[in-house]
Amino acid sequence: METILISVLNGLVYGMLLFMLASGLTLIFSMMGVLNFAHASIYMLGAYLAFTVSRFVGFFPALIIAPILCGLIGAAIEIWGLRRVHHNGHIAELLFTFGLVFIIQRLVQMTWGMLPMAYRVPPSLDFPLFVLYGANFPAYRGFMLLVSAAMLLGTWLLLKKTRIGLIIQAALTHPHMVSSLGHNVPRVFTTVFAGGCLLAGLAGVIGGNYQTTEPGMAESMGPIVFVVVVFGGLGSLAGCFIASVVMGMIQTFAVVIDYSVADLLRPMGVMLTGDTLLTEVLTVPVARIGALLPFVMMVTILFFRPRGLMGTRDT
Amino acid sequence: MKSRWLILVLIVLAIALPWFFYDWGHHRHAGFLLSMLSQMGMMVILALSYNMLLGQAGLFSLCHATFFGIGGYAAIHLLNAAGTGDLPFPMEVMPLLAGLAGLALAILFGAMATKQRATAFAMITLGIGELMATAALMFHHFFGGEGGVTTNRMIENSLFGLTYSSGLQVYYLILAWTTLAAVLMYYLTLTPLGRMANATRDNFERAQFIGYDPRIVRFLQFALSGFFAGIGGGLYAITYEIVTFDALAAPLSANALLMAYIGGTTVFGGPILGAILITLLQSGVSLLSNSWLVYVGVMFIAMVIFAPTGLAGIVKAHGPIKHAGRMGSLLVPYLRLVIPSLGLLLGFIGLVELMSFLTIGAAQGKKLVLFGGSIDVNATLPWAISLGSFLLGGLWLRFEAAGFHRVWENLSAEVRR
Amino acid sequence: MTALSLRDVRKNFGATEIIRGVTLDIAPGERHCIIGPNGAGKTTCFNLISGRFPITSGEILLNGERIDTMPPHKINRMGLSRSFQITSIFQRMSVFENLRCALLWSRSYRYSFWSPLWRQKALNEAAEVLLEDLNLTARRDILAGLLSYAEQRALEIGMTIAGGASVVLLDEPTAGMSNTETDYAMALIRRVTHGKTLLMVEHDMKVVFDLADTITVLVYGQVIASGSPVDVRANRAVQEAYLGALEE
Repeated sequence: METILISVLNGLVYGMLLFMLASGLTLIFSMMGVLNFAHASIYMLGAYLAFTVSRFVGFFPALIIAPILCGLIGAAIEIWGLRRVHHNGHIAELLFTFGLVFIIQRLVQMTWGMLPMAYRVPPSLDFPLFVLYGANFPAYRGFMLLVSAAMLLGTWLLLKKTRIGLIIQAALTHPHMVSSLGHNVPRVFTTVFAGGCLLAGLAGVIGGNYQTTEPGMAESMGPIVFVVVVFGGLGSLAGCFIASVVMGMIQTFAVVIDYSVADLLRPMGVMLTGDTLLTEVLTVPVARIGALLPFVMMVTILFFRPRGLMGTRDT
Repeated sequence: MKSRWLILVLIVLAIALPWFFYDWGHHRHAGFLLSMLSQMGMMVILALSYNMLLGQAGLFSLCHATFFGIGGYAAIHLLNAAGTGDLPFPMEVMPLLAGLAGLALAILFGAMATKQRATAFAMITLGIGELMATAALMFHHFFGGEGGVTTNRMIENSLFGLTYSSGLQVYYLILAWTTLAAVLMYYLTLTPLGRMANATRDNFERAQFIGYDPRIVRFLQFALSGFFAGIGGGLYAITYEIVTFDALAAPLSANALLMAYIGGTTVFGGPILGAILITLLQSGVSLLSNSWLVYVGVMFIAMVIFAPTGLAGIVKAHGPIKHAGRMGSLLVPYLRLVIPSLGLLLGFIGLVELMSFLTIGAAQGKKLVLFGGSIDVNATLPWAISLGSFLLGGLWLRFEAAGFHRVWENLSAEVRR
Repeated sequence: MTALSLRDVRKNFGATEIIRGVTLDIAPGERHCIIGPNGAGKTTCFNLISGRFPITSGEILLNGERIDTMPPHKINRMGLSRSFQITSIFQRMSVFENLRCALLWSRSYRYSFWSPLWRQKALNEAAEVLLEDLNLTARRDILAGLLSYAEQRALEIGMTIAGGASVVLLDEPTAGMSNTETDYAMALIRRVTHGKTLLMVEHDMKVVFDLADTITVLVYGQVIASGSPVDVRANRAVQEAYLGALEE
């Protein structure tokens, strides 16, 4: 019981972190039709920048500064990069962001080195928030939830109450109509792209010390975020939210389940013996398959529901 | 007609090249050269088969290494079975069997992925690639986990009585298969399927209204490209006698993309050029510098922005001007580009190397040797020179490039008339 | 038996009904024009017939067979071909390749990846003849995307009729053309659709009354009149709804 409660909370924390990344990706995709492959790289940049900035001014100012820097980087990428390749079509845009992944990856390695950074939870948040059946829940995770909730509320207000928010909403449902509304489309694009990168940066700031800040973090986070976005349905924020939380739960629960398919079959009278590929597949405990699950989920949902959980349009 | 001669020269050169560097004193072949040429052969197959998707069918796939890798693993297991005498197949057909393994997997995954278009297709293939890479680390029976699986290629079953104990024999096997695969892939572009792949790339919808189901066209193209990638993987297994999950992981898929794109996706031979170039860079520059991936990455981005047709596309664009005998008018504009480009390039290399030595190199305790001299990375001067050269070269190149563009446009307009 | 019939075809986009019960019968060999003001649903009608969008209710029959549940490529194989209002060709392929591709399915090459195209004599000759018909022989090896607008329209028509479909749908084939270009295009259409059933959306009234055997007037997704050019011209409802407005 206690493992379940703690796992639900941990899953929620991880899920909200995923959502912070995936929502930015979804917004950018819905608005511009561009899938930003470099999104997880911006997340990594956010973590590294937060580490460096927090050494000078402390964690809480870094929480504000690092995402803004990421937003500015995003704006620069949009203005000097994406906009130039836009007329060459979607594939060119995809290729461009794909190339960015390489460059950001290496730039980070060149600037900060190959070793993990000592980016730690700030001391003021480094205590157990509460103890549940003997397992404690760190205050920092509570803080992460708080930040995610604030971000969720902030984004929601922005989308509902501001002019640009209304345009973005229109773009979500009627992608082809916005350009004919007479708005300054390039500026809207830049804003959305920068905004998405800002969210990714924020996720990096609070995710960098929750996980580890090292050059491989984009590579390990990227595919998961893409799975979330596809699973939720490209272009659907609600689907994206559900998928993020589901993915967070699955990832955390998989780790604690030590059963395999063979254990399920045993009560039915099926005994597995021998040392073949099949028995290996069936006897691997779920905890070890954890890393495989997101991709299995993605392939499965695409097989049965090609548009994803709540997707409404093709790409 | 002329390209036929080029191909012939290329093949003859590939056959003769190992002998140019033959060490007559010790009666030995240059091992480094042979392994590099062998690597080139596999990469040519990988890049060409990737271009069946990207260039010919407009499909941006991120799991191409999956089929390369599965061909490799299949070949290892087949070689092991052949080594014990359980499998009566000669060495020469092993790549074909590896290709069939690639084909089978590409049929399975292609059926899922080719239902989707553009972005969704790219993401699904990304998922498939990750799925296979993760699975390769997890299941030891087929993939051997992190250590991979190994074999011994001397199975004593050859159509020509060869033992494949020497690198040269393996290289010639690779060369033969590369040529065959390239010819077959070229042949495919001249069949109804190949042409309809181009058609669905250009206009998905129109293809439906001339009676074709574009999804089936893409599916078949995807499956066949998996077949050829599998052949490449089979050659990989034969060469290295070990296949680890590197052979099907994302970096190799990305490499396939880089080679095809930088070489040029719009010309059939483009990916060949890209594969040779990238392999040269990989084996040459990576010895000299830690940061060769930065150079390749920047080159890639620059091509996406400025030259989306790739190197071969740039060469091809000169065709009409050359045809009109006006290449001479381009000489001076080109020469004017040289100095600023060099400034930009050297400045950029300087900055990258200084930067990476400050962090990575220092940690490894190496000394920075750049342009023939040892350099103190903490001094201001090298940084200032590099930055100056980079900025100055960049600004100057911008100016010159605008001039070049004008000359080019005028000349093109003139030639068209 | 009719070549093409629509039986009470309806189409909703969300809550809005765009096509509100269209019934049409087109006899084999007939030249049938659909006219109507902008937004009347003419192009939508074409999209429904050719299978680009699914219909909401009703029936569409081609030579007596239901086609309204089929995907576009199956409908095409049954002998119905269409052109697009916005030129839809294979931009990065040569003019010759465009036409050859359009011929492939009807000559049962299907998805063949073994027959080399350069050896298919009959196919290549047919493509050359088509080039000649369209007056594009001089532009044979140019990328289709580089052709002039009028040439692209001609190519589009060529690709539409290449497969030998018995029912041909042309969506505003002369839109955006000058007078001479229009005359030329009409001569071309007459020539290449000889003996076929032709359904055409057109705005140019001169062209319509010149070419059509039957005219159908579509207003707000409904047929308000259908008949010979003389009848339609005399129809009061049409005059009020449409022609009157034009001849003011």
